[in-house]
Amino acid sequence: MAKLIRNNKVGKTGAKKKPDKKTRTEKTPDTKTAVKKRKSGGKRKSSQKITQKPTVEKLELDYVDDDGLVHEGDENIPSEDEEDVGDERKHQKLLEAISALGGKNKRKLAERSEATLQISEFTVDAKGEGDRINMSDLIQTISKTPAVSSQTKSHLKKLKLNEKTVDSPLSKPETQRIQRNVAFQKTSEQVSRWQSIVKQNLKAEQLVFPLNQEAPGPKPLEHVVCGWTARTPLEQEIFALLFANKQPIHNTTRTPMEEESLKAMSLEDAKIRRAELQKARALQSYYEAKARREKSIKSKKYHKVQNKAKCKDFVKQFDEMVKSDPVAALEELQKLELGRMKERMSLKHQNSGKWAKSKAIMAKYDLGARKAMQQQLEVNKDLTQKLAATLEDEQEEREEEADPDMLPDFVNDVEPPLNPDNPWMRGKLSREAGAETGDSAEPAARDILIEEEEEEEEEETEETEEEVLLRGFAARRSQRRAMETVNEPVTSGDMETVNEPVTSGDMETVNEPVTSGDMETEATTEENKAEAEKVAVSDDDDDDDQEEELSKFTNLFQELAESRKEADAAAVEAEVCDPEAEQLQQALFRIQNLEDMDLLDRDEQGPPAEPGSAEPPPAAQESEGGNTGRKRKRGIDLNEVLTKEAKVIQVPLAPRAVEDAEGAAASVEEEQRDIIKEAFAGDDVVSDFLRDKRRDEDAGKPKVLDLTLPGWGDWGGLGVQPPRRKRRRFRVRTAPPPPRKDRALASVIISEKRDRSVSMHQVGALPHPFVQPEHFEVTMRTPVGATWNTRQTVRKITMPKVVTKMGAIIQPMSRDDLLKHTKRREADGTSAAAQKQKDASQNKRPNRRPRNNKKKHKKN
Amino acid sequence: MKVKVLSRNPDDYVRETKHDIQRVPRNYDPALHPFEVPREYVRALNATKLERVLAKPFVASLDGHRDGVNCMAKHATSLSTLISGACDGEIKVWNLTKHNCVRTIQAHEGFVRGMVVRFCGTSFFSIGDDKTIKQWSMEAPGYGMLEEPINTVLGKTVFTGLDHHQKEGTFATCGQHVDIWDEQRSTPIRSFSWGVESFSSVRFNPVETEVLASCASDRSIVLYDMRESTPLKKVIMTMRSNTVSWNPMEAYYFTCANEDYNLYTYDMRYLEKPVTVHMDHVSAVLDVDYSPTGREFVSASFDKSIRIFAKDTRHSREVYHTKRMQHVVCVKWSADNKYVMSGSDEMNIRLWKANAAEKLGVLSHREKLAANYNQKLKEKFQHHPKVKRIARHRHLPKNIYTDAKEHTVMREARRRKERNVRKHSKPGAVPEKSEREKHVVAVVK
Repeated sequence: MAKLIRNNKVGKTGAKKKPDKKTRTEKTPDTKTAVKKRKSGGKRKSSQKITQKPTVEKLELDYVDDDGLVHEGDENIPSEDEEDVGDERKHQKLLEAISALGGKNKRKLAERSEATLQISEFTVDAKGEGDRINMSDLIQTISKTPAVSSQTKSHLKKLKLNEKTVDSPLSKPETQRIQRNVAFQKTSEQVSRWQSIVKQNLKAEQLVFPLNQEAPGPKPLEHVVCGWTARTPLEQEIFALLFANKQPIHNTTRTPMEEESLKAMSLEDAKIRRAELQKARALQSYYEAKARREKSIKSKKYHKVQNKAKCKDFVKQFDEMVKSDPVAALEELQKLELGRMKERMSLKHQNSGKWAKSKAIMAKYDLGARKAMQQQLEVNKDLTQKLAATLEDEQEEREEEADPDMLPDFVNDVEPPLNPDNPWMRGKLSREAGAETGDSAEPAARDILIEEEEEEEEEETEETEEEVLLRGFAARRSQRRAMETVNEPVTSGDMETVNEPVTSGDMETVNEPVTSGDMETEATTEENKAEAEKVAVSDDDDDDDQEEELSKFTNLFQELAESRKEADAAAVEAEVCDPEAEQLQQALFRIQNLEDMDLLDRDEQGPPAEPGSAEPPPAAQESEGGNTGRKRKRGIDLNEVLTKEAKVIQVPLAPRAVEDAEGAAASVEEEQRDIIKEAFAGDDVVSDFLRDKRRDEDAGKPKVLDLTLPGWGDWGGLGVQPPRRKRRRFRVRTAPPPPRKDRALASVIISEKRDRSVSMHQVGALPHPFVQPEHFEVTMRTPVGATWNTRQTVRKITMPKVVTKMGAIIQPMSRDDLLKHTKRREADGTSAAAQKQKDASQNKRPNRRPRNNKKKHKKN
Repeated sequence: MKVKVLSRNPDDYVRETKHDIQRVPRNYDPALHPFEVPREYVRALNATKLERVLAKPFVASLDGHRDGVNCMAKHATSLSTLISGACDGEIKVWNLTKHNCVRTIQAHEGFVRGMVVRFCGTSFFSIGDDKTIKQWSMEAPGYGMLEEPINTVLGKTVFTGLDHHQKEGTFATCGQHVDIWDEQRSTPIRSFSWGVESFSSVRFNPVETEVLASCASDRSIVLYDMRESTPLKKVIMTMRSNTVSWNPMEAYYFTCANEDYNLYTYDMRYLEKPVTVHMDHVSAVLDVDYSPTGREFVSASFDKSIRIFAKDTRHSREVYHTKRMQHVVCVKWSADNKYVMSGSDEMNIRLWKANAAEKLGVLSHREKLAANYNQKLKEKFQHHPKVKRIARHRHLPKNIYTDAKEHTVMREARRRKERNVRKHSKPGAVPEKSEREKHVVAVVK
């Protein structure tokens, strides 16, 4: 019978397999589970042959599991197979299965109705103990309860879609590194909280340690009372009452209620303020929206038009400002200048961009393109031209330079090409027949350098003198202009070519101090001086052949450039060495009394300087501390440079003494030279120089001082002369100074202003915290002593930065300090924020200043 | 009839008591007091000279140890107490005001490696070469009683450094690794190690009290946070650091004393390069301690001198030495900012003034004003060559003087060589390195 049934079952399974497969095919064909099932199915087939029964059961279960629709057919199968008890059980399970199909997979535990000794933790009833439990039974229970919920299944499916393996855990060092990083971030953040307090302490005018010391003296009563608390019930009751009614507990003048009411703003005020704020906010948002809208417009033309309008606006504004507020105008001008410089530095408007290239191609055929390029070039020219430095000078300058071509376009030339055609670069102009002093070009070059130095040294006298010179130049220029009208085009063009090399070379020497440090200035000037003197000595017999001269001059330029480079290096090194200047001067002897100080003095005057301490070069000592600043300022002033240029260039020209064998080119050169000579015929640098020197000499000569006091020991009054005896007696003749160092050098002025005895006491270089010498001078000039200041001021000025008290232990800063500090800061911050808001509401309209427009400052 | 008489208010010219100084009416019209700058210049010059003449920093020498002094500890609450440990395991407690030894303990076998006073000042800890940590009471034992430690912990390895937490009952030791101990336990509650190395010094940050720094023998300085399980970061330098000291007023700065004769101040947040390189010593720097104001620190060196540096300057403002002082091993700055204590190889502890020319003791009001004024004048005219030269002058023993000279020459030569190398190599191939960048090899995260 069993066999029959078995057969029957086999047949059934065979029949049932079809839908099974069908369902599988219906289901996701790509999932892994399907594959696995198929695999397990294969295994099942093989196992079927060996032991049929369990597999049948399994299959059946599988079937149910896959879709629970077929269970009605299943129902009678086990009933045939099993006995009554098992039947009951199975029935129950079936019920369970049905209930499980209802969607919820809650499974009721079988209730235990009998008390048994053996209680299985798997809730297996002791009832069926005697029965044999088949493997199939167990498996059945498992399979019927869905092992994985549908939700997780879907999750799993999704995951499988992704088909990703989980990363292997990081290696230990890596995890540790991450941990360390995180920990470090945390700690450094924590430590950074102290930054504000540290900074505050650094900036504090005076710090009294120990920091959290309580103020000495009696405390105010309220503070003392604050520490007291109500203890007894009566006290507590009373205080509770007082608190409830907001009555004063301490002896304050106002009740908290009063204070609150005082604090509160009146309703109208509040309303007005709110309205104001609202309006301001709205306006701001409008403005922002507008700006955004405008910004998003892509049309270039639109922006161009806009810019132009703004430009016009600005010009108008500026003109007004010039009248109303010249200082602000000056500032604006400087800003413009800065903008221009920046623009100039950039490669804009150079006609080198993509656009320009395309236009260049088109320019042949298209008038518009040509125009655009022209425009661009014009802009470039404008930009590269320097704007007049000051408003006051503007008019003068306009008078001086009627044609803009007079102002050379040297700013753009980086390195002057050494043009053999250019007589100025030859280093030597052939001497003029009429000039009595002889040297012309080479001394002229020397003169520039010397004059520069000189000027740096003596400013006051130069100031007045310069005006005289300027006047002279102006007169001469007007002469020249008259002449230029005859052969204008050639002259002006040549002027430029002549001007360029010398100017730019010179410019650099002058401008250098502005850009780089102090050291450098000194180095360069030193270098210059040395060079100049060298040339002066070597070129006494000045009718050498030209080649040598040329090489000398080029050498000079190269050396200048080199010296600048070296100076750069020196500056870098000086930066390294500089702190060493602060170093303690260490010696093998000890100061024990005041006499030793003198010893120290004497020892210092000895020649070997300390290697570590960067001795300031003599040039630095020469100039007073104050002079350096003015010197720099002067370096910046381009106008002055230009006037000097004019001086240099306008040396009378003479035909060369030695004719070189250049053949055909010679005639052209000669022509040029003639032109230049003609151009500068009016200027006489040599005589200017001589005059300068004579004036210097005169200034140094002893003067007769008349110290007679009319009426002293005699009758005085209108028309009464002191007697001759007295006049002679009181006329003091100052001692003649030592002979001048340049008395033998005809073409050199050596300043005698420097006093060595004074310079020993003077500061060589601007010390660290100061940026401008003026500031340093002012601090030096302000006395701090009680002779000049009131007691309070003295006490305030001389207050030491750090005060410690002997015997008081100074504890390290603690967290309480930080807490206090942050609290105070917060309080300050809120008040500041309130203030800011107030300010914002006051100026309701957002600032609509147009940006600096570079096209603004076209001349005329 | 109108009678005119001269009348003056006595308040204007009569003193309140006879102890008041005579009132001097002053006219501050600048025309009456010409030549301000030259007059003040002379005053400044004189003040500077006087300062140098009055600079007598050496206060006292405490002798009594029978071997070189290896470590010292300041008392937390008493200024007059100093504890020192010697190389023979002896600990001495000193009274600084009386310049005498109050108590002697034979604490360890071998060196006393480190000592620290508990924050409350009731007891102190010491470690030694005998692998023990001992806690001692600050009170001397009664008459006839033996000196016994309150507590002894036997460690597995030798301890080389010790420091106590600022507020809690935990302390840190270092040796083969850095351990954090609870006072109540005999095993460390935490132990940090990062690679195989041995540490020479560990210090708690006095401000951010959970942070520690230690110097390791692999030329690195390692930072820790007591609350974290791992170290934070380490910076490896060209040479080994001997000690590290935190700034007690600025939580994130610490200074380390290096074997390459320099001291380096670091910001713990940016270890890539030190904030300042302090150079002046001519031999290895062995110890460093901050002044309690956090403005200056003192360093002890193998070159038999101690130097005082401002925290942000490259060069020292002061150098102290005596003929008999040998290699200075440990140095401390007193908690009231007035004194510096140094312990050296030749068994002595020396007491120095922190400001060499400062007058100690009570100053009258006028003295105070004058001192302030002179200080201000010196500050104002410090850049003038004459003043500067006098203020800068220090006497040095011959060996330090010659060594310093030699080192400047060497430095210059090195600089020159570098420059030449740069000149003869491709531009950019030899980048210019600032002094601060030269000494850091790497920062390990």
